[in-house]
Amino acid sequence: MAEKLLEVRNLTTGFLTDKGFVKATDRISVSIEKGKTLCLVGESGSGKSVTSLSIMRLIDYAGGVILEGNINFKGQDLAAKKQEELKEIRGNKISMIFQDPMSALNPVFTVGDQIAESLSLHQNKNKDEAWKEAVELLRMVGIPSPEIRAKQYPNQLSGGMCQRVVIAIALAAKPELLIADEPTTALDVTVQAQILELLQDLKEKLGTSILLITHDMGVAAEMADHIAVMYAGAIVEQGTVEEIFSNPSHPYTVGLLQSIPGFEGERGGELYTIKGTIPALGNLPQGCRFNPRCPHVMDKCRQVEPGDIKIGSEHFTKCWLYEDKEKAAAALGKGESNHG
Amino acid sequence: MAKNLVEVNNIKKYFPIHKGLLNRVVGNVKAVDDVSLSIREGETFGLVGESGCGKSTLGRVILRLQGATEGSVKIDGRDIHALSHRELNKMREDMQIIFQDPFGSLNPRFLVKDVIGEPLKIHTKMSAKEIDERVVELMKLVGLDPTRRNRYPHEFSGGQRQRIGIARAIALKPKFIVADEAVSALDVSVQSQVINLLMKLQKEMGLTFLFIAHGLNVVRHISDRVGVMYLGKMVEVGETEALYANPLHPYTAALLSAIPKPSPTKKRNRIVLQGDVPSPANPPTGCRFHTRCPFAQEKCSQVEPKLEEILPGRQVACHFPVGVEGGSDLSKL
Repeated sequence: MAEKLLEVRNLTTGFLTDKGFVKATDRISVSIEKGKTLCLVGESGSGKSVTSLSIMRLIDYAGGVILEGNINFKGQDLAAKKQEELKEIRGNKISMIFQDPMSALNPVFTVGDQIAESLSLHQNKNKDEAWKEAVELLRMVGIPSPEIRAKQYPNQLSGGMCQRVVIAIALAAKPELLIADEPTTALDVTVQAQILELLQDLKEKLGTSILLITHDMGVAAEMADHIAVMYAGAIVEQGTVEEIFSNPSHPYTVGLLQSIPGFEGERGGELYTIKGTIPALGNLPQGCRFNPRCPHVMDKCRQVEPGDIKIGSEHFTKCWLYEDKEKAAAALGKGESNHG
Repeated sequence: MAKNLVEVNNIKKYFPIHKGLLNRVVGNVKAVDDVSLSIREGETFGLVGESGCGKSTLGRVILRLQGATEGSVKIDGRDIHALSHRELNKMREDMQIIFQDPFGSLNPRFLVKDVIGEPLKIHTKMSAKEIDERVVELMKLVGLDPTRRNRYPHEFSGGQRQRIGIARAIALKPKFIVADEAVSALDVSVQSQVINLLMKLQKEMGLTFLFIAHGLNVVRHISDRVGVMYLGKMVEVGETEALYANPLHPYTAALLSAIPKPSPTKKRNRIVLQGDVPSPANPPTGCRFHTRCPFAQEKCSQVEPKLEEILPGRQVACHFPVGVEGGSDLSKL
């Protein structure tokens, strides 16, 4: 197994609200191998962005508190570090791309200046060197005539180009981990295709690991090596991209995949729906957090919250259904997967 | 065949660009440029395209929420851009719109019963009690709990708010509804609920839909016919299944191939378009797509292709349509 670059264990992050302390993520455990892509998928409010902000420890600035858990990045626990110490890691070793490229850039500086700023901050380059490299980075992310574009302001660039600039800034210090929070959601599909292709290219060329956050199962299928499905603050299923798509196991994952209208076959029929809506994080149901919407709900689901149940070599699901299936599989002499 | 409920003929919508001290008009943003289409009774016509292609503007012009620069729109045989305001108001009972943003399209100071009941108050002579009864009926119809009618929109989730918008749109039993990105802002699990609701209502009430969206898989699911727009022009129109299986315009082909599909094992033959959509204030000469088209030839930059029926029920505006003899060949990419 490849070396683990990032290992998050039992990460619980919360916010203090007027209704008490609300857990936005609940004991999240994920890991990313070197040069691989992990996709966090889930609907709005499932805690994807809070997870990514927690890893960067930017959650401190958003009013959040990391209650427990550790964030192991190359042997260092980011959860235990001081903000001052994190400055060496943020931007240098781990960098981030946000959803809205227009608001991620400063409107009163040229895009070249903004890339150069990142270079002179993190790599102590002088002004000329930094500018030259900024132009090179723009070329690398596929912006035509980068010498001219570098002197322009964000409002003179299209959304897709701005996102390329943001990616160039993120890559300036050659980070080992790139966190991309819905990087293509604000873009049109043909531009999205360009940006996804660019990210794949860069990943292969530079060996960067990517934590990609998306609500689009299509994007996840395309980009991910591993997928973690989040629901109401917890990871309910995780596994390799093949495991998740060919053998979705948690009823939520199954429902999510089935409610997407397809591109082939029958059309116009009734779509599969998951009844109800996502519960408020301050008011989670007892037991399994999906139980009020689950078509297979059992008594146990209403009382006890399930833990991770292993159903494949790297495939885990939090669902009581598989407690029995595992027993059944063991009885049949199958599923004796080697741990670790 | 069912008759055409909506007929759009050569609609143009230009937005003037003002500049300078005297605020002179120095040009036009050609948001919709000479588009014609027809929608049959009881049909769902899907309109797709990327942002800025003019699909929402077209939807608004069709309902005369905005005036047209040129052209006519006939709904149920009446040219709605020629109607007086009084006649138009009467006509509005038959044509309604559902908006994208379930947050912005509901007045936050209105109770839900007032939001849904307002069209009834304006257009009918129903008493307060009758309106209340109808609101209860409508809320049940769209899957909302009628006991919550005395609450404000912010107390509802995004999906529920979209249902409120739908209840308001169908309150007057219209014939024609424009759904402008009606499900785009919703999460997938909620989106499928709302799609099912729209299709159920269509069946029960015999509604005709113009379904504007950029989610191509949703449009495929719900529409009988689909029109593809690019930079203010209609580039292809056809029956849904035929169009998705066999796109004739290179833009349609690229658009369809650009969507990430939720199946990792499928081999992808993606056409990645270069560059961005040009500005509609200064569209390219000839075919508007020629600057990004992988098959563009000299003719494309000079002569503008007309939207022509080249197969039964299939119109395309391209000099070299895909898969037609002498046309563009996707396998050569």
